[in-house]
Amino acid sequence: MIKLHINNQPYSVDASPQMPLLWVLRDMLGLTGTKFGCGMAQCGACTVHLNGEAVRSCVTPVSRAANQQITTVEGLSTDLTHPLQQAWLQEDVLQCGYCQSGQLMSAAVLLREKPDPTDEDIDRAMSGNVCRCGTYPRIRKAIHLAAKIQREGGKS
Amino acid sequence: MNNPSTVSRRKFLQTTTTFAGGLLIPFFVSAGAKRMGMLGALGAAEAAGADSAVAFAPNAYLGIGRDNSVHIILAHVEMGQGVWTTLPMLIADELDCDWNKIKVGHAPPAQPYYHTMFGIQITGGSSTTWSEFDRYRQAGATARAVMVAAAAQQWGVAPEACSTADGYVIYNDKKLSYGELADAAAKIPPPANVPLKPASEWKYIGKGVKRLDTSEKINGKARFGMDVQFPGLLTAVIARPPVFGAQLKRFDAAKAKTVAGVRQVVAVPSGVAVIADHFWAAKQGREALVVEWDIEPSLQIDTPGQWAAYRGLTEQRGAVAAKAGDAQDALSKAADKVDVEYTLPYLAHACMEPLNCTVKIANDKCEIWTGTQMPGLDQGAAAKILGFKPEQVEVHTMFLGGGFGRRATAASDFVSEAVEVAKASGKAVKTVWTREDDIRGGYYRPAFLHRVRVGLGEDKMPVAWHHSIVGQSILAGTPFEAGVKDGIDGASVEGVNDSPYMGHVPNHLIELHSPKNKIPVLWWRSVGHTHTAFVMETMIDQLAHSAGKDPVEYRRTLLKDHKRPLSALNLAAEKAGWGTPLPAGHFRGIAVHDSFGSAVAQVAEVSVEKGKVRVHRVVCAIDCGLAVNPDGVAAQMESGIIFGLTAFLYGNISLDKGRVRQGNFHDYKMVRMQEAPAIEVFIVPSTEKMGGAGEPGVPPLAPAVANALFAATGKRIRNLPVKPEDLS
Repeated sequence: MIKLHINNQPYSVDASPQMPLLWVLRDMLGLTGTKFGCGMAQCGACTVHLNGEAVRSCVTPVSRAANQQITTVEGLSTDLTHPLQQAWLQEDVLQCGYCQSGQLMSAAVLLREKPDPTDEDIDRAMSGNVCRCGTYPRIRKAIHLAAKIQREGGKS
Repeated sequence: MNNPSTVSRRKFLQTTTTFAGGLLIPFFVSAGAKRMGMLGALGAAEAAGADSAVAFAPNAYLGIGRDNSVHIILAHVEMGQGVWTTLPMLIADELDCDWNKIKVGHAPPAQPYYHTMFGIQITGGSSTTWSEFDRYRQAGATARAVMVAAAAQQWGVAPEACSTADGYVIYNDKKLSYGELADAAAKIPPPANVPLKPASEWKYIGKGVKRLDTSEKINGKARFGMDVQFPGLLTAVIARPPVFGAQLKRFDAAKAKTVAGVRQVVAVPSGVAVIADHFWAAKQGREALVVEWDIEPSLQIDTPGQWAAYRGLTEQRGAVAAKAGDAQDALSKAADKVDVEYTLPYLAHACMEPLNCTVKIANDKCEIWTGTQMPGLDQGAAAKILGFKPEQVEVHTMFLGGGFGRRATAASDFVSEAVEVAKASGKAVKTVWTREDDIRGGYYRPAFLHRVRVGLGEDKMPVAWHHSIVGQSILAGTPFEAGVKDGIDGASVEGVNDSPYMGHVPNHLIELHSPKNKIPVLWWRSVGHTHTAFVMETMIDQLAHSAGKDPVEYRRTLLKDHKRPLSALNLAAEKAGWGTPLPAGHFRGIAVHDSFGSAVAQVAEVSVEKGKVRVHRVVCAIDCGLAVNPDGVAAQMESGIIFGLTAFLYGNISLDKGRVRQGNFHDYKMVRMQEAPAIEVFIVPSTEKMGGAGEPGVPPLAPAVANALFAATGKRIRNLPVKPEDLS
C-alpha cells in the first residue's frame, strides 16, 4: 500500500509503484479534476502540486509522491476564493475548460513565487500548458488580476 | 438517479406551432408536474419531490421548480463556444427570471431538440445562436405568459394588469414567485404565439453576462466524458490498424493478459480492445499485445506522392463548381498572368480531451455517456449495432473538452466503437483514446491542393480566373452524401465559388477534383474556408501588390457592393491603424473572409526573428449581425485566431507508407502562451442577418499573417505550415 496526502486528506492505494500519479488520482481515487491530455508531459492538463511544486502527474510515478503533500485543483480552495479562481470568474477566461485545472495549478505556483509577475514571467511559467481553445490572452489578463487580488488581501 | 432520457417521443403530447419566422416548434404539454421532474439531463441532481425538482414545464426547453429554480435544457452542446450561457440569455430575457436561479443541462436525443434548420440534433456550423434565437425566446415568453395567467387567476385580476421581474409576477403591492406559482401554472395550457419583447426591453441580449459554466470548471467538479465513473466500470484502450484501411490478421493476447489489472482482450470491428480495471493497465496491456495486420500496398500512401497525384489532376477537367464567360480563352489572351499552386495538409482536431465514450448495456437497455455534437445519430448507431430500438438507448451528453467538428462524425465512429467494445465485453466499459490514438486516428481536415491561374487586364484587375481544387470530399461515402450535387461537395469549394471577388471577374472557372482514399476526413473548425480563405486572400493580396495598389484599397474596390465584408475590412483597418508607422522590423497584413453568415477581417502585425515568425498583435472585426453575447463573440474570435495560428505555424499530418508521422504535442504542435499575440476584437454595429461566431474567426488569420510576412520578406507563402526557408 502506498500512502498519499492529497488536499490534506490521507489516502492509501494498492497501486504499482510505476503507475503514474494521474491515473491513481483519477481512476483509483475518483479525483477527476486533474485531466489526461497527452501522457508525456507535453500539455500540462495533468498539473498538480507535489510539495508545492508544479509537476506533470501523467509522468510522475506514484512512488515518487508517496508520503508527500499533493494538491490537486479540488484543493486549490474549497469555495472558489483562491485569487486565481476569482480572476478566472471575472475575466471569463475559459471555454471548453478541459485544460483549465492544469492552467490554474501552474499559475498558482507562479503567483506564489512571483507575487507581481511580468508578462515574461507568465510566458515562462505557463509555456507548458496547452489550451486548444486559445484562452491564453485571457489567462494572461487573469493572472495579472489575480496578482492584484492577492496583493489586496484576497479581495478583488 | 433519475433517468435523463425519459423525454421520449411518446411522452410528448405534441402540438406544433408555426411562428412568424417559419420555424416549426414542437412543444409538449406536461400532463403533470411530477413527470417533468425527469425533464432532460437535469434529472440527476433533482430527486423526485425535492423543491428544486421541476414542477412546471411549459415546453421542452425549460422547467421551473418550487424553489424558483429555472431549469434550461440545451438543444445544443457546450464545447467551449458558450451556448451554456447564450441559450439561457435568450430564455431569461423573455421569462424575466432570476439569473442566479438558472440551472443548465444538455438535452437527451429527442425531436424537440432537432436543429431548426438542419433537421437533426446537431451542434455545428456556428449555428446555435441564430438558429435558436426565436425558439428559445419563444420558450421563455410562453412560460412567462403562463406564470402571469396563474397569478392573475389567483388574484382575480386581468393578466394584462400584471408585470414580471426577477422571477416574480407583480400586481400593485402583491407579488408571487415563479416557484410559488409553478403548481398552478402546470394546470394551465401554454398559449401559442406569445408576442416577443422588443429589443429595447432586453436586459441580457446584446449586453452579455458571465459564463454560467466557469465555477464547476475551475474547481474540478465539471464532468467531461472522460470523468464518468461508476462501480464496476472498466476501461478499454484499442489497438487500431497502423495504416488506414488495414485489416486485422491475427493477435496474441497472452502477454497482454499477464499485465496486472487487464481483464479481457477482445476483437472489435475497429481493432483489438484491451479491457482493464483502469486506463493505465489497459494501455500497458495494449503495449504487450501482439497484433499483425494485413496492409495492402495501395494503402501505403506517402505525402509527396499524394501531392504529385493531386498536381496531375489539375491538368485534367474537373467537376464545375462555378463558371462565367470563358476563363481559358481569356487567360490565353491576357498579357499579364499568374499561375501558382498551394498545398494545405491534413489537420487533426486535437481536442484537449482525448476521445472517449462510456457504454453500459443491461436488460435490453443501453446507456451512453460521452461528449458528442450529434447525440441523436449516436443513439441510432448504437441501436443498430445492438439490434435495439433507438428509445432503448439513452445518451447522456457530458461537457465536451473541445469539439471543433471531431465529435460530429456521420458514422458516430468513437461511439459505435465503444458500443462494440461493451457488447463484446459484456461489461460496462469506458473506451479511451490516447493522444497518439487521437492524432493518428484520422477524421482530418482533408489535404487540399489548389492551382490558380489568373489573367490581369490593363487596369491590373483580374479578367480571367481558372481555379482548380483537389481534395477528398467530406460528405462522400457518408449518410450525408446526398449533399454532393453534380460532383461538387460544397464543403470543398465554399469560399472560392461563392467569393464576393468572383463577381468582378468576367471569365472564371472553378473546378473540383475529389479523389478517394481510405483516410477518414471530416469538418474541421471552419471546414472548407480553412483552405479557401488562405488561397483567395493571399491571391488578392498578390494581385494588389502587382497592381501597385494598397491591399486595403484594392479590396475596397472589389468589395464595394458587399456591405458586410467591406464594413469588417474598414473597421479592422481603422482599429489597426492601417498605414500608420510600425516599430522597426514589424509588418502588417490583412485578410477578410465571409463564412457561416458572418464577415471577419483581421490585421496581423508580425516580425521575423531568428528565422521564426512572431505574431505580435491581431486586430479583428466581425459583422455577425446582432451579437447576443458580445464578449462571447470576442472570445470566439480570440479562440479562432489562436486556432488559425496553430495551423499556420505548425499544423501538419503527413503520411509515410500510410503511417501518420505525428503522434503527440511534441510533433503536432500547438501555439502556446509565449507565442499568443495580443488580440483586439471589434464588433461591427449591425442590423444584418445574424451569423455565426464559433468558426468565422479562423479563416482570415493564416492569410493575414502570410500577407504580413510578404510585406516583411517579399516572399509568398503557398504551402502550409510555414517553413523556415519561406522566411528568408
